[in-house]
Parts: sequence; C-alpha cells; structure tokens
Amino acid sequence: MTTTDYERNMVNATKTDFNVIGTRPVRHDGTDKVTGRALYGADFDTSGLLHGKILRSPHAHAIIKSVDTSKAEALEGVKAIVTASDFPEVEEKTGEDETKLKWLRDNILASDKALYGGHAIAGVAAVNPHVAEEALNLIQVEYQVLTPVLTTQEAMADNASILHDSLTTEELGKDTGTVSNVASHFQHVKGDVVKGFSEADICIERDFNTTTVHQGYIEPHNGTAFWSADGRLHVWCSTQVAFAVRDSLSDLLDMPVSMIRVTPMEIGGGFGGKIPIYVEPVAALLSKKTGAPVKIVMSRKETFEGSGPTPGSYMKIKVGAKKDGTITAAHAWLAMEAGAYPGSPVGAAAQCVFSVYDIENALIDGYDVVVNKPKTAAYRAPGAPNAAFGAEQVLNELAEQIGMDPIDLRLKNVATEGTRRPDGPVFRTIGAKEVLEAMRDHPHYQSEKAAGHGRGIAIGFWFNIGFDSACNIAVNSDGTVNLTEGSTDIGGSRTSIAMQAAEVLGIPVEDVRPSVVDTDTVGFTAITGGSRTTFATGWAAYEAAQDVVRQCIERAASIWDVDADGLQMKDGSISSTADSELSMTFKELASQLSDTGGGIMGSASVNPGGVGGSFAGNIADVSVDEDTGKVTVERFTCVQDAGKAIHPSYVEGQMQGGSVQGIGWALNEEYFMNDQGNMSNSSLLDYRMPTALDLPMIDTVIVEVANPGHPFGVRGVGEANIVPPTPTLANAIYDATGKRMTDLPMSPGAVLAAE
Amino acid sequence: MPGKTYVQTTINGEQVDFLCEPRQSLLECLRDEIGLTGTKEGCNDGNCGACTINLDGRIVTSCLVLGVEAEGATIETIEGVADGSNLHPLQLAFLENAALQCGICTPGFIVSSKALLEENPNPTEHEIRFWLANNLCRCTGYDKIVRAVQDAAKRLQEA
Repeated sequence: MTTTDYERNMVNATKTDFNVIGTRPVRHDGTDKVTGRALYGADFDTSGLLHGKILRSPHAHAIIKSVDTSKAEALEGVKAIVTASDFPEVEEKTGEDETKLKWLRDNILASDKALYGGHAIAGVAAVNPHVAEEALNLIQVEYQVLTPVLTTQEAMADNASILHDSLTTEELGKDTGTVSNVASHFQHVKGDVVKGFSEADICIERDFNTTTVHQGYIEPHNGTAFWSADGRLHVWCSTQVAFAVRDSLSDLLDMPVSMIRVTPMEIGGGFGGKIPIYVEPVAALLSKKTGAPVKIVMSRKETFEGSGPTPGSYMKIKVGAKKDGTITAAHAWLAMEAGAYPGSPVGAAAQCVFSVYDIENALIDGYDVVVNKPKTAAYRAPGAPNAAFGAEQVLNELAEQIGMDPIDLRLKNVATEGTRRPDGPVFRTIGAKEVLEAMRDHPHYQSEKAAGHGRGIAIGFWFNIGFDSACNIAVNSDGTVNLTEGSTDIGGSRTSIAMQAAEVLGIPVEDVRPSVVDTDTVGFTAITGGSRTTFATGWAAYEAAQDVVRQCIERAASIWDVDADGLQMKDGSISSTADSELSMTFKELASQLSDTGGGIMGSASVNPGGVGGSFAGNIADVSVDEDTGKVTVERFTCVQDAGKAIHPSYVEGQMQGGSVQGIGWALNEEYFMNDQGNMSNSSLLDYRMPTALDLPMIDTVIVEVANPGHPFGVRGVGEANIVPPTPTLANAIYDATGKRMTDLPMSPGAVLAAE
Repeated sequence: MPGKTYVQTTINGEQVDFLCEPRQSLLECLRDEIGLTGTKEGCNDGNCGACTINLDGRIVTSCLVLGVEAEGATIETIEGVADGSNLHPLQLAFLENAALQCGICTPGFIVSSKALLEENPNPTEHEIRFWLANNLCRCTGYDKIVRAVQDAAKRLQEA
C-alpha cells in the first residue's frame, strides 16, 4: 500500500535561520496526555458534586404545550429541575435583540417550540447520573407535533411548514417582512456574469447535494458549574473558547462578565463544534437552585442530536471558459441549512467557493435556511468543503472537455497577489500557485497510477481569521519563563506558541513553560478556531517576549550603569555593542532580578490584521469495487501552504487530520434522518467515521510562502486541508468509473446507483 | 436506589476494592468510584475505544463491562503503563512522533497498542491498522499513530 521511493512528508522551507522555529520538540503537555494525567472536562471533580441530565424532545418539530416536573421532583435523590422558565427575566431588550436572546436561550432549553429531535427541554440535578436519568423519564411533556422540514429544498418550498413566526427574510440586506424559513439571501457580484458566460466556449453547470455531518470529536460536550453564595459563577468545561463561554453565559443569565469565571479544561477535540455552549447554562441554573456544583456530560447520542453539526446544502455551480482554459465567468448558487435557528456558514462558503481563481466575472448567491435539525455549528473551514465539492468537480469537467491537465487549468486561472476575490478582498502574498506547482511536481502526480485505479485532484481555500489574543511571560530566577495564554490547546498550540516566545528570547523551548489559564487570569482571547491560534496567540507571545527583551535590556543597563540604547539581547545573552566586556546570559540576569528591582513580566494583547489565507490541495488514487461500489483510498497526498511551519509535525498533523475528516465526509458520513426528522444513526457504530483500517498513510508537503502579515510568516493551517478531499475523491471516482458523483456521501450504495 | 456490591480487584499491580451498584459500568467505577480518570468515555457503547483497558490479559472496552463483573480481575489501565517515572517505549514513541493532538483517544490507543506489541512484536502496517480499528481518533488521521507504534516496536526490540 505504501511506496517509499521518494521523500515523504516534505517541508519546502523558504526561511531556515531560526533556532527553535521549524524544529520538532516534544509538546509540553505531552507526558500528561500519554499517562492519563491530563484532566479533561468530564474528569473534573469537586466536593458535593451533583450530576445533571437533560430531557430532550423526541419530535423534530412540535409545540410544547406543557411541562410537568412534579413526579420527577419527588424521586429520591433528585435535587433540582430547571426549564426555560428558570432563565432570569430580561426587561430592557426589545425587538430584534429580544428575538435573538430568545433564540439563544431556546437552543439551550426550549420554551414554546421544539425545533429538532434532541432539542433540550429540561435539566435535572441528582446525586448521581443514573438517578438524574430516571427522573427524566418522570417528566411529562405535552407536545403538539408539527410537520418537520429537513432540507433546504423542503424549507424553501412555497407551502413549507414554518419554524419561526418571528423570522422574516432579509433580501440583499433589506427586511422583506415576509415570514419564511429563508433567513437571508445575499449576493457577491464581480464584473458581469452574463457577458462573461457569453464569451465562454464551454459552460458546465451542475447541481450538488451534501448531507449533514458531525465534527465527530471523541470527547462529548461537558460542563460543571458552581454558583457560589457570593453570586459568582465558576464554570469548568471543555471549550474552544473560555471567554465566549463567559460572554454567552453573561447574555443568557443576564449577569456581568466579571461575575463569571470560566476555567477551560483539556479539550478532547472540537473542530468548531465546541465554540457554542449547550450544557453549561443548564448546569449553572441547576447550581443556582441547589447551591451545589453540578456536572453535565452529554452522551454520544446527545452529542449527535443536541449539538451543532455542519449543514447539508443544495448548490448549483456554473463555470464558463474559453478553449485556452481561461475562465470567463462563474456563478455559485448556495443554499445551506442553518438548523433550527439562523446562522449557517453559507457566508463563509461564499468567501471561499471561487477564491482559488482569478475570475473576471463572478456571481455568488447565498441562502441561509432554517430546518428542523440541530442549530449548525462551525466545522473546520465551515461551508467551504460543501462549496468546493461542487466547484472543483466542475473545474475538472471543464479541463476534460477542453483537453487540459486539471492542474494546468487551475494554474492558468490561479489567484495571486493583487487578485480580487468575488466577495471583495484583494489578496496579498498567497501560495495558491505554489501549492498547485508542488502538486504537479509531486512524485505522486508524476507516477503512473495502478491498473484500475482512478486519480483525482482538487484545491481549496480558507481565509483564516485574526481577532484578540493575550499572553503573559514571567521570568523565573533560574532563567526559564512561565508563559500564560488563553487559547485552549486542541492540537499542540501550547508548544507552537511557546516556540515563538523561545525564538525571540533565544532560549530553548523546554525553558518556556506554557499554560492555558482561566478567564480571570489572562486578557481576552478569542476562539481556538479560524486557524488563528498559532498565528494570533503566537503573535501575542512574540510581542510579550519582545516586552521581556526590552525589560531585560533596561535591567542590564541599570546593573552596568550604562545607556540601554547600546545594549542588545540575542541568542539568550545581553551584551553591549560598544563594550565587549559587558555581556551576561539571560540566565545570569534572571538570577539577579530580585536584587535589582524585582521580577520581570512581559505582556501583550494583540488583534492582528495581516491574516494570511491558506490553500490546500490533494492528489488521491482510489479503487472502486464494481460489485459493491465501495471506494478504497489507495494513496493520498496533501499539499498545504503554512506560511511558516512553526512545528512541522503538528502542521502535518493538521493536514493529515483534516484530510481524513474530508475522506470520511466524502465516503461515509451522514445524518440519516427518518421522515419524522429523527436521526437514526446517532452512534459511532452507525455514524461511520474512518478507522485506521480504512486509510493509507497520508503523505504531506508543507509549502512555505511566508505571510507578510506575521512576524514569522505564519498563516494558520487548521482548516484549508478539509476543503479539497470531497471533490478530490469525487474526481478520482469519476476517473475510475466514469460516474460523476453530485451527492455526498459517495457511499457504496450511492456509487453503485450512480449513472 | 439499588444496593451496592463489594468488588475486589487488582488494578495496576495494587489491590483495589470498591463498592458499586449493579448498573455501573467498569468504566464508571474506574473513573468515578476509584478516581482513575485516565480511561476516557467517548461513546459508552463500545464503539470508540477511548475506554480501552486490559482485563485479565484481554483488551476490552470498559464501558461494556459491569463493575460487578470485575470481581477478582486483574486490570491494567493507562495509569499503569509507565514504570514509575520511566515512560513506556510506546509513550515515548507517541510523544516523539507527535501521534496525539487533543489526546482524548491516546490512553485507549496506548493500552491497545501495548497489547498488540506483546502479542506481535513486529507488526506490519496492515496488522497495526487492523488491530487499532476499534480505536477512533478524529484528530490525526492515524498516520502518526501507526508510525509511533512502528517506532515503539523497534525500540522494544532494540531494548
């Protein structure tokens, strides 16, 4: 299965004069994680802990007529029960703000309507989880069941069952006043697509469908809350963003952020799904009622049905090109399921769908549509894989009809510095061309494919984000430093952040001790998401380390009684450019701090612009079983522009992990909904994520086109890698079978049935 | 509430006795009654492998064993894999090969892999993938895990 006749996991480094950056140290939290010592949210314990469980709607669409908790309350061991009526009254909010708060609260505990199977209705706190679960069975809810709508097409139909009487369609930025399931329709227009299509020699137009899929993190959602008698609320949970947990709780519970402290525990995967909160407010309300700490841990079934998956979508893609391969126009019509409340990632999909290419005339229509499924959440480059599944297949069809190599067609149209995306922004330095060239030149693409195998390629884009990050660095007397930051570490970011501080300070990364701390202990830090953590929190660490350097120089100047201007700190030593006698190591200085004015603490808060988007491309070889339709991935290569790979092993890890999530999405994963809107495969047996046995090695090529907007050139690599796998495999299946797959997943039955 | 049963076991070489209700899984007993939270819950129905332990020489998903069934059993969990402060070659190999990202599945993978290498000291890539097919990892795509197990096999053979 594996060929090793060429260098695997290549790193095309463009700048290498670093001491720490680009090396592969063991991560600081590693030992705790291989010995079982690391404490995740569900591992949290404290004295007097109660256990909570949540009652969930068995109906996908129903009016809640009444909730009777009296029998459950009478059960021995039950300590408290809460429903939506336990949220505090908020009087000052009106109009749209009132609606938004209602929707936010209703997704935590439904008040008047259940909008998806698994929608939370009530929470119970008891002496143990089994008693709490027994109590759920004693809560009596009277429902009036309504017809569910489960896809964008159903929801957009004229006579569709309506989810929200208060939801009116926003059409191109203006409220139409029309009640419907379409929350909004927006457009991005560049040039003139009518003219562009008229100039094309060949046009390809196809419809595509994708189904709801889940992020599939192995750790279910969890949270423990303790509402102290002094009025402060302390929450311990697994989250991608402790500060957003704090701020969401502040909104939901109508209390100041200063009264809430959120401690992020270790997190067992998120991929976007652990940005929103679900159980934390319920645990908080139960804690308020009981005066005791309350822990709630979702089951796997609840995680599928009661947390936010990524949307199903219906898309129409049309691209026109001249015979020489020049794309003259492109139109994407994208409708995405928001789930029960507005807010699908269709906006992000529109930012990505054609952004790999420099297209003169482009039109993108986006529709955000509510359906009776869980409110969608982010999932790794949210929206972009759906859109790329369509667009990148159409590109391959064009290449075939024109008679061009599909990579050459892409290179002919590739976006470069100065290209304006259809949604507006103009690219600064980007690596799309370099990724495509690395794909074209890769031994995999240059090799003969095995008999019977099909080969596919595709490329994808994700824009990445900046936002706030904070970092503190305290110097210890032994010359090490303690680094505290607020980005929860899902995949080794403590180390990639610490490495950037170590590089500035000129000390080994082992001498930097990074900790992820709670919301009382560090400045505001936004999500671990948007591929921003190594970029933005790394930048905060860079600035905090520069602050330490400045203070070290000032301190040395005062010790030596010289002017600080003539001093420098380099490679872990402070020295004078004028007097070679004056030199001391960082360690020597650190040992003298207490006697020379006290400790040194550097700190920084940043909100960096200069975000550099990332591009990722795949080459895949597949075989397709003629009798069963089963697709086997025989060989898979992922190429991605990292800007600068701080820790190449963990960059490769992102690329491999994103690729495999994309492979699962392409070939197996889907929410099977029955006619009543209930999910019928909410277990990890029936929701089939890839296992080790389903896969080959995932080869990687790290391309480095430095991001001019970051001190070390970092782009952020968490997401773009999930964008190309679905079209890559669709293109490979086409190459093997001649079947053009327009629906996801491309499961054995679907491949067999396809024409 | 149901009455509790007294259960005697040997866990990671020490005698450990605990009380549990008949409905409590061994996973729940390990985590909530005994305080060994290194064994993780990902699905509670035997499909993810995060709660894998060694029970009387066999690897099992501890969520599918009742606590009361462990009477007289010899159990090894992730907490028993290292020899005091000396990490097992598998643990070193996972660290040095960056074979974990979030780390929630790692205890299960290490316990499973240890049993594999005890039975088959020099497994092929396919044998490793087959053996580990009951342990789900959503972060790594398994590439670096497979390499870590190969690396650990080499370390153990050289030791």
